[in-house]
Amino acid sequence: MSRRKILSLALALTLTLPLLSACHGSRTRQGFTIPDTFDGSKTINLVFWAKNDTNKNQTAVYRQAIDDFQKIYPNVTIDMRLYADYGRIYQDVITNISTDTTPNICITYPDHIATYLTGDNVVTPLDGLIHDEKFGLGGTEVRFDAPKPEEMVPEFMEECKIGETTYAIPFMRSTEALYINQDFVEKLGYKVPDILTWDFIWEVSEKAMEKNEDGTFKLNGQNVLIPFIYKSTDNMMISMLKQLNAPYSSEDGEVLIFTDTTRALLEEIYTHAKSRAFSTFAVSSYPGNFLNAGQCVFALDSTAGATWMGSKAPMMDIHKEQVVDFTTVVRPIPQFNPDHPQMISQGPSVCIFQKTDAQEVLASWLFVQYLVSNDIQLGYAETEGYLPVTLKASESAEYRDYVSRKGEDNSEHYNIKIDASELLRAHTADTFTTPVFNGSASLRSAAGQMVENVTKSARRKEAISDEYFTKLFNDVTSLYRLDQIGKAGEEAADTSMKELPGETKALLIAIPAIWIVIGAVQLVQLKKNRKKKEN
Amino acid sequence: MKKIVALVLALMMACCAALALAEDEKVMTHEEYAAADLDSPVVIETYVQDHQAWWNDKVTVYAQSEDGAYFIYELACSEEDAAKLVPGTKIKVKGYKSAWSGEVEITDATFEFVDGDPFIAEAEDVTELLGKDELINHQNEMVAFKGLTVEEYVDENGNKTGAAFAYKNAENKTDDLYFTVSKDGNNYSFCVEFYLRGQDTDVYKAVEALQIGDVIDVEGFLYWYNGANPHVTKVTPAAK
Repeated sequence: MSRRKILSLALALTLTLPLLSACHGSRTRQGFTIPDTFDGSKTINLVFWAKNDTNKNQTAVYRQAIDDFQKIYPNVTIDMRLYADYGRIYQDVITNISTDTTPNICITYPDHIATYLTGDNVVTPLDGLIHDEKFGLGGTEVRFDAPKPEEMVPEFMEECKIGETTYAIPFMRSTEALYINQDFVEKLGYKVPDILTWDFIWEVSEKAMEKNEDGTFKLNGQNVLIPFIYKSTDNMMISMLKQLNAPYSSEDGEVLIFTDTTRALLEEIYTHAKSRAFSTFAVSSYPGNFLNAGQCVFALDSTAGATWMGSKAPMMDIHKEQVVDFTTVVRPIPQFNPDHPQMISQGPSVCIFQKTDAQEVLASWLFVQYLVSNDIQLGYAETEGYLPVTLKASESAEYRDYVSRKGEDNSEHYNIKIDASELLRAHTADTFTTPVFNGSASLRSAAGQMVENVTKSARRKEAISDEYFTKLFNDVTSLYRLDQIGKAGEEAADTSMKELPGETKALLIAIPAIWIVIGAVQLVQLKKNRKKKEN
Repeated sequence: MKKIVALVLALMMACCAALALAEDEKVMTHEEYAAADLDSPVVIETYVQDHQAWWNDKVTVYAQSEDGAYFIYELACSEEDAAKLVPGTKIKVKGYKSAWSGEVEITDATFEFVDGDPFIAEAEDVTELLGKDELINHQNEMVAFKGLTVEEYVDENGNKTGAAFAYKNAENKTDDLYFTVSKDGNNYSFCVEFYLRGQDTDVYKAVEALQIGDVIDVEGFLYWYNGANPHVTKVTPAAK
């Protein structure tokens, strides 16, 4: 297996982001006008780029959706290209924008769309289509039972707006969850609260580090234990800042993350990384693997990864003999204020790329609409801890039946998977997203990179100091080209001059000083020589 | 007199700095590397055996010396230099010793080319070590396994697939291939890493052609993912 490549792709994709405005934009596409009728006599070939989570059931749902849609609209054929990660989709879209060979329909994230929008008329605005009487959501000319606009979850629809315009339709939604080895928490003398605080997590994690005389951990009797592992460090930093109401970015793309609050959070993380009570996916591996092997107390991962979590998980990435038996419980991510929990909303959306043929765009829209119909929503949501994006699906009798059968088996009704999706349903109003702008994906990555860097530094016994953080902030600014994002550019450039490392400052002062001294010595020598000559 | 003292002091400081630098730069033997703590800085000289596709100024390298092998994950490297990393090339690598899912590797590394005769490792037959703890002593080496039987592939859900192998991306065949082999009643997971050997390579096609029950010889780099998970470079019918 090498699921790890997902990480490197995700990191790398963001590096190209701020450059995109220079890559294209010269080609002007015509805006889209909704046709009066759908031409059923015309052969229309659509290309759909999708993504699965290493989960064959998801591929099967997509395939079924295409087959069913083609039966309803026999003049339309859909060619699906399936990707293993969003990063590669994004990269390929960027490549194809400049050659005007984008797919018709694409699974995507609003952060990515913000970059696509730097071209002219690249992505189809959907507001007109959504509310069109004939072809809009649940419109009179739509040949299947589609949700009406008011049957979409409003919070998820809101996430698909950039400015005042809707550029995507949500496809699935997830959040992050804590998957907890309850037996370990209780063995350490604690009870798992309904909502955990960061203080609780750090305290329990540190306590779990106690060792026996032979070097094994008291908690699990093994040589390996990482009490707390976070999969997405981007989300970790973003969620912590959000919970503290601390600066991250402005709505229009001003980078505000480099503050004392961020530094204080990184110092806390450093402390627990140094004791080895905390680690990350990038540094160690998948939280679920450690959890299932009895080597982790708190595994923090997406609800869309719930089928990999727990000793009875239907999906396993470690050998059977490595799995230990324990009770898994699912909770929201740790909070600074448990009375006001906040967690990220994530999950794929679908966008439509502009084409010169309006019938092609309309057919694309109809397929997108089909993706949010009940059959697809229920089928896909049940493959993982996803939540359907329509009230029509999540309030349907079929979905309620699915949820009520939680724990009946360890496959379709795996209790952890259903707990994870129900967690999001219960906390939909507590979810947030970060501002979307050209470069917002880079800022996300920078937030995570800082967590990764301090974690590595702690493990490598590197000290942290004022200079360390100045360098860290400058390094991620440079690596993710944050100084090229909107207003942030001016500030970042200014900061980089003001906050040079001590050694650099000393060198910059020392070099001219030496030249001045050399010059002065030469001058004195010259005067002496002249005096000698005069004498 | 003052000038002499100042000169001596300056020389002493220069010597100390040079020594410190030399200590920091000391090239480790594989034994020293193996003994080094995880997360500690390491410096090695080794020979490129193969590498994954270059991307985004990074390349993942399979390297081996006469005394042991290294997996260098995402080595900082220009595309131009990556083209020069042909099998046998000697390089000096500075990075950190790390572990990811059991794979001991060098991360956050930089490198420089070193003059020297090329070295390409012969695949060592480690068939008898399958299932034994000693196998890990050959981690990352070019190894060979003889007379393995291809088993029916069981997916992550624990379902038998009826096939001899599985695509990570069955729809487009643009990702890794997985297959399971057995020896003496025990099963082992092998992988064709797509970025090392893509769909147009002989080994990718050979695995696509496998049938359950085939008896094969395999060569590859002994990668680790929660246990031995060789990155296969060659699959042939077992020599009789």
